[in-house]
Amino acid sequence: MSKGKTKTSYQIPIGPIHPALKEPVQFNFEIEGEKIVDVDIKLGQVHRSIEWAATKRNPVQVLYLAERICGICSYCHPMAFTLATERVAKIEVPERAQYLRIIHQELERICSHVLWAGVAAHEIGFDTVLFLTWQIRETALDLTEYLCGNRITKGITMIGGVRRDITSDMLPYINEKLNLIKGSWEKLRKIFLEDKTFQLRSQGCGVLTKEDALKLCAVGPLARASGVKKDVRIDQPYFSFGDFDIEYMTPDIVTGEVNGDVYDRIIVRLLEVKQSVELIGESIDRMPEGEIVSEPKLVKLLNQLKKIEGEGIGRMEAPRGEVFHYVKYMNAESPYSWKVRAPTYSNVLPWIPMFMGEQIADIPIVAASTDPCMSCTNRVGIVKNGRQSYMTSEQLHHLSVKKTKELMK
Amino acid sequence: MKFTMLPRTFAQMFKKPFTNKFPAKYAPASVTGFLKAVGEGKAKMIPPVETPPNFRGKIQYDKESCIGCKLCIKVCPTGAIEFKPEDKKIKIYLARCCFCSQCNDICPKDSLSMSNEFLLADTDKYSKDLIVE
Ligand code: SF4
Ligand code: SF4
Repeated sequence: MSKGKTKTSYQIPIGPIHPALKEPVQFNFEIEGEKIVDVDIKLGQVHRSIEWAATKRNPVQVLYLAERICGICSYCHPMAFTLATERVAKIEVPERAQYLRIIHQELERICSHVLWAGVAAHEIGFDTVLFLTWQIRETALDLTEYLCGNRITKGITMIGGVRRDITSDMLPYINEKLNLIKGSWEKLRKIFLEDKTFQLRSQGCGVLTKEDALKLCAVGPLARASGVKKDVRIDQPYFSFGDFDIEYMTPDIVTGEVNGDVYDRIIVRLLEVKQSVELIGESIDRMPEGEIVSEPKLVKLLNQLKKIEGEGIGRMEAPRGEVFHYVKYMNAESPYSWKVRAPTYSNVLPWIPMFMGEQIADIPIVAASTDPCMSCTNRVGIVKNGRQSYMTSEQLHHLSVKKTKELMK
Repeated sequence: MKFTMLPRTFAQMFKKPFTNKFPAKYAPASVTGFLKAVGEGKAKMIPPVETPPNFRGKIQYDKESCIGCKLCIKVCPTGAIEFKPEDKKIKIYLARCCFCSQCNDICPKDSLSMSNEFLLADTDKYSKDLIVE
């Protein structure tokens, strides 16, 4: 705690490492009494040079590097990279693979949202619910392990398709697990939406208005909870999402109104879990027979990727919102450049209006309600002589122009 | 219902816990000591949860069929595989392996496969359990 900007206020730093936060980010709160009057957010604590490392690897190796950008979005990062690469290499993905990709993406969404629900419960001190959600997540992870061979880093993505098929003898197990998740969903809904404890702590807390959400470019469940209808799966369908009738999940489906508070974010994520379970079931039913990868011979694929030139983008609706990958190839073994924009990057600024006017005790739940993922977001850290410094927007703009020019050469 | 979690919490008291208490009901003071006692038949181990089919566990290497084409080295994302030029075979350091199974997929001779062995924790990354050759 230190002296504040005015005589009556004082400052509390929270982070970079703090028990209330799951990932390293630093908040400097300006407090008056119990009330937050100002907040400054400092990022850049977990920069890992992943984008640079990719320029030293071949595209197949990059898939596994991309998987490690985030432990929870371990499917959408390699997949967004794949979409970008496929666009450059003009690879057609077989239809069956498109449906399999949906199944894996929605399974990841279930894991992520249920995990978030547990963390949210923990942040308000309701650890009993944390253990219940973990039990449900375990079911989803078992299913992931059954389909991919791994529990967290799936290793299922391949340029031109997916690596593992779903055969008919696997269906009973899949259906059993899906039914289990469906059954547990009802329990979760009751606890999260009807329990007094949750209502007291989340209603009217951390409000993000629709206007602010639009102005600050919020994405994913955070934006939808504020009533912004935004979902890449519907707006710019990829995979086979164009064949599905998907709805924007906004809180008014349940309550009839949009408040943009933490309670609404819980509703949106719960609805999306249900939507994902339905999407998986539907995909399994509608999946056509056929190949699961366009080029099964990896050596051939690698040789093909060595000769491509051009730039591509990959957009996907990750559990936290839109993930965006840009990649450029220049006739070489490795990508020439790779840029990742994770959803949390867009969800950093909306934190500021959400924190304003809240109490200190609400900091953990408001911070967690955007489901932040700092390791995904950090792209740069400037350290000179052991001291970390920050760049102004002019300096950044200058660097950005310079880099674009370099890339255009 | 005001406090929806209460009935579930009470019901849980009479249910079996969800967690599988591997390797023993109470964590042993010394794992090596415990394993020794299991080996001698003095203690009983609670088995781990079974792995599903096609699980990605410890790599198995069939040295005979390997032709030393180095393709596995080319795709390995972690650099876990080393080439031994003397006998044109490979050596895999599992401490680096991320169990992606990419080497299995590319091997033209199917010399590599994945077992369901997953108890690979070790204090020495060069221990003989963690090197496949
Ligand atoms: S499983 Fe993956 S990380 Fe392990 S040796 Fe094979 S390619 Fe390398
Ligand atoms: S890819 Fe197979 S055959 Fe070639 S070096 Fe590796 S293990 Fe041997």
